[in-house]
This record gives sequence, structure tokens and C-alpha cells, in this order.
Amino acid sequence: MRFPNFFFYFRKSEGQDRIFQFFMGTVALISIIFLTLLLLYELIKGSMPSIQHFGYDFIFSTAWNPVKDEFGALPFIFGTFVSSLLALLIGVPICLGIAVYVTEIAPPKISAFISPLIELLAAIPSVIIGLWGIFVFAPFVRDYISHFLIKYLGFLPLFEGPGYGLSMLTAGMVLAIMIIPIVSSISREALLAVPVLQKEAALALGATRFEAMIQVILPYARGAIFGAVILGLGRAIGETMAVTMVIGNRPQISSSILHPGYTMAAVIANEFTEATANIYLASLIEIGLILFVISVIVNAIARFITWKYLRIQEN
Amino acid sequence: MNKKIILLSLLAVLFLVAGCTEAGTGKTSGSAAVKTTQSTTSAPAQSITLTGAGSTFIYPLMSKWSYVYKNLKNVKINYAAIGSGGGIRQIVVKTVDFGATDAPLQSYGYSHIHGALTIPESIGGVTLSYNIPGVTKKLRLDGDVIADIYLGKIKKWDNKAITALNPGVNLPDKSIMVVHRSDGSGTTFTFSDYLSSVSPTWKAKVGKGKSLSWPVGLGGKGNEGVAGLIKENPYSIGYVELAYVIENKMAYATLKNRDGYYVNPTIDTVKAAAAGAILPNGDGIWSNVSIVNSPGKNAYPISTFTYIVEYPDLSALPDMTEPKAKALVGFMWWMVHDGQKYAPGLLYVPLPNKVVKIDEETIKSIKYKGQPVLR
Repeated sequence: MRFPNFFFYFRKSEGQDRIFQFFMGTVALISIIFLTLLLLYELIKGSMPSIQHFGYDFIFSTAWNPVKDEFGALPFIFGTFVSSLLALLIGVPICLGIAVYVTEIAPPKISAFISPLIELLAAIPSVIIGLWGIFVFAPFVRDYISHFLIKYLGFLPLFEGPGYGLSMLTAGMVLAIMIIPIVSSISREALLAVPVLQKEAALALGATRFEAMIQVILPYARGAIFGAVILGLGRAIGETMAVTMVIGNRPQISSSILHPGYTMAAVIANEFTEATANIYLASLIEIGLILFVISVIVNAIARFITWKYLRIQEN
Repeated sequence: MNKKIILLSLLAVLFLVAGCTEAGTGKTSGSAAVKTTQSTTSAPAQSITLTGAGSTFIYPLMSKWSYVYKNLKNVKINYAAIGSGGGIRQIVVKTVDFGATDAPLQSYGYSHIHGALTIPESIGGVTLSYNIPGVTKKLRLDGDVIADIYLGKIKKWDNKAITALNPGVNLPDKSIMVVHRSDGSGTTFTFSDYLSSVSPTWKAKVGKGKSLSWPVGLGGKGNEGVAGLIKENPYSIGYVELAYVIENKMAYATLKNRDGYYVNPTIDTVKAAAAGAILPNGDGIWSNVSIVNSPGKNAYPISTFTYIVEYPDLSALPDMTEPKAKALVGFMWWMVHDGQKYAPGLLYVPLPNKVVKIDEETIKSIKYKGQPVLR
């Protein structure tokens, strides 16, 4: 089969590959740029009344009073960050433990059983996790964890009472559970991708399994693991339903992680349907805009760091 | 390999980001969806399809009505329970045939729908539900006490103001955990309407609305969220829809009404509250209509109408045809008459005769291209 060859400068196969690459690259780039711009345009257009009315104060104001049309996003930004960071703090060590156990320690039969089980967690709808959070998990946190923290560490502002089950801490823990499937399975893949030679070389030099893990395998895979963590952060920042069920939905900034809070995604989900006043709706959309911008920034940072790691590795 | 994984994960993050922001654009896509179903299903002229959107509160009853009415008149009613605010927005932008709302139209609605008609079609009550271990006798509360609890002035269950209303009940020395709705809701509107009418402090400090800036308390999402919080947390109190409380056998308080009698929330007491209401005509301004704290010996103080909102001339709607207009008006007429008998079974409160009379006048006044539809 011969094409009428427009690209006879290249050998046939090379030319086709380049064209194909160029074409696919353009399509991918255009669609991403187009989508991003469209989203930004829609969000900015929708939030214009609020941007004009409140200006920069919107980001730094703690007021949220739909009756008097006073709106500010700070408690929600704070709540999103704190709950997501708590989720990473609690979830990432567990995920690494799972990944290491499954790839290096567990017998193949057991790891073949565990991995799909953990990934199955991702299939649970978040509203189910949320209801489980209200009825089972929040009372557990209140009776055991909060109680314990207040009793022994209550002098710290971080663990100040009273501890209802609904708190930043509970939200962070529920989010941790929700990011486990994605972070642990990508970390596992990353660990599996470490060349066997590296491992064996370390062991041959007399390293214990622990030393090989800490000094050779994990550093080799850290770029990809970091990517997995950021992916988890993305999920935590955007998670709505499960969080709103357990966080207490109180727009406040408190030093204690045992106090209730609120997140950006949760307030949009809670109040969007009933927001009729123009400025109210615009304020909610502006929160969506902030959420979007924050997510993009988080991704940019993640991309930059992974890129840097990869470059170090290549050198 | 490594690089591939990272690239893939970053791509996935991007998708996630796109997913997060969907909530912001949901409104437009939602209305588009409503519109397409409408035009595709009404293409075969045999059966007529009417679309409505709004209140989640009326949804169970509306489903029952649409099921019965489909069998009765072969008119299909597609009702989307997207929330009262959403219902008003949809009827304003004319993507649905009727809107339904728990709170009466405010200036936003009246400025967009010229001469808007308001048709109350059912009534709902709001109860105060609580969880106090060891207390078996029904708790008695009045407006001042409820307002002070929600203002954070009364902090403990054994506060004198509460014990004075409940002689013989051994209330514990425990902090009150206050629960409210976190999502914008007609239930919150009714409850805050009540508190504003009984407590000047509440009116000045907090006011009434579907979402509030709460002085104290934790927010639960939906009736189920509030109910869950009450059930799982001892010494808590919260407000929950009447039907939800009865179906789930939750403890609720007896409230002191305007005339000084203590009444339980039941279908009869809520109906009594509605019977005493002074209402404008259907084409009047309903913004301040409220049946909270109604007079009457048997009237339960926290209750509300839920309404259908309609254009005075149906030809304002772009997809309206004469057969459709007839079907819509016929459905409304049936709803406030025969439809009412399905209400108590689902724990909705049927309309008192007085309100049905007002609705009749309103429905008769609905026009299509200047001509009254019902003759």
C-alpha cells in the first residue's frame, strides 16, 4: 500500500510517526487549554458581582451571613487546607506502609488478595462513607480519640475541647480513608517499577531489608510517590459529600482540630441550590473559582517538584 | 516507566480539577437537561408531559400525584426536586412549566415574573427533636427558650428557663449540643421565621432565611444529616421536618403556641395553624405570608405552606401549547382538590377549605394567550 507521499522528506514510517505525534499533541494541548479557559471564563463571569462588590476582602473576610449578604471565603479556604493536610498526614504513612508491605514483604498470595481489596475502597460512593461517618465513625472519634486527646493533650490549643464527633480531625480521617486506594496503588506501582538490580545490589552490599527499603527503593521511587500524594491531595481538596457530613459545617477558624469547620466544596454543595440572591450566588461561584485556582497551583507545584526530582535522577 | 506514571497521574489530577469545578457550572447544564427531556418527550402528541422543578420537601407527595395523575388523565409530570431556590430560578428562566417553593416568592421572583401567581398546595410542620438520655417524659418548650438555645444564651439542659416549663422532669447538668441544617432549606426558613416572630433579639441578630449565620451549633446536611447528629449525640437538639420525625420515630418537643396552649406537632395541629392564616389573592404579593406562631387554641406554631409558582399567562413559556396549558391547569385543579386526599398517608397536611377557595380563584385566573384556560 502506498500513500501519495506528501512527506517524502522523511522515511515513510518516521514521517507518519511525526505527523501522528504532532497531531495528537496539538489535539491534547488545545483541548486542555480550551477547557481551562472555558472554565475560568465561566467562573469569573459568574462571580463578577461578588468580585466587584467585595474585592480582595472576599478572600480575607471571615463573615458568612446570607441573610445580610455578607460573604467571605477565609474560613472555607482554611478548612479545606487543614482537612486536606490532616488527610495527608494520616493517610500517606498508611499508604506507604501498604505499598511496601504488598510489594516487598507479603507473600504473593496475600498481596494478590489485599491489593484489590484496598482498591475496592475507591468504589464506595462518598455519600455512603459520609453516612457511615455520621453514624459510626464520628461517635467513635468523639468517645475514644477526642476524649483521649482532650484528657492528655488538652492544654495545647491544637487539641482544645469540647470535642464533638464532628470536627476537622474526623473529616481529615475520613478523607485519609478516601485517598488510601489511589495513593497506595500508585505508590505500589512505583515501588514495583524499581529495577530488581538496584534492590539486589543493596542487599548484596549487606543492607538489611529495612535499609534497602529506606535508602535505595523509596528514594528511587520518590518522584512517583510524590505524584501519588499530590493526586491524593487533589482528591481531598475536591471531596464534598463525605466531608460535609462529618466536618460540622461551621464557618469558623479555630486553632483546635477537634472543633468543627467548613470546606469550600462543602459550602458550594450545601448552599448552591437555595441561593437566589445575585450576590449570594456569585459569592458561591467565586469560592468555586478560588477552589479551581488553588487546585491549579497545587498541581503546578507538584509538577515542578516531580520534574526537579526526575532531573536530579537523570543526572 | 516512572515518567509515564507521573504523567498519567498528573493527567488524572487535571481531570479531578475539572470535576471539582463542575458544581459551579452545574446550573446551566441542569437546565439544558430539563429542556431536552421536555422537547423530546412531548413530540408524540398522544400523552402530554409537564415539567416542574423546585422544593425537595414536596417531592414525595408530587411523585405520588404524578403517578396517580398519569393513570387518571394520561398526563405525565416530570418533577425535578432541585431545591426551592432552584425551582424559582428555573421558572424565571422558563425552562420548566411550573416551579415549586417552600418559601414564598421574594423581590427576585416578583421582579422577573410579572404578576406571578402563588398557589399553596400543601403544608408542612417543623419539629424540635432532641436526645436526652434518661428523660422519658415529653419535653415542653416555648419560643423564648428555643430562641435562647439557638442564640447560645441557654447552654445547659438544667437551665432554669427549661426546668420551669418542665416540672417533674429531671433534666441533666449537661451542655446542649445545638444542631441545625447546613444546606439551604425551606425548613430553615420556616424555623428562623418562627424564631424571628417570637424573639426580637433573634430578629435583630440573625434574621430569617434559607441559610443563616448561626450563633452556635453544628450543621447537618439534610433532614437525614440533622437526624443522624441528634441520634448519635446525647444531649443534642435540632429542628427536623414533621414527616421525617414521625417516620423515624424520633422524640419531639411539645411547643407552647401563641395562645399559651401546649400542642404536639400533628397533621391536625398544623392544619389548624394554616386555617387561621390571612392570605392575599393568588396574584398578590406573598412575600410576607407566614403561618408561624398562628393564633388558635390548637395551632402548632412552626409550620409553613409550600407553593406552586406560575406565570399569570402561560403563553409566557416558550414551549407552552394550548393542550399543554389545559393539562397543566387541570393538574393544578386536581392537585388542590382530589389530590389532597393522598397527603395524610404521606404525612403531609391537607389544605383547609379556606385555602382551597383562594387556590380555586387563582387557578381559574390562569390564561393562555389572554384567554382563561379553565372554562
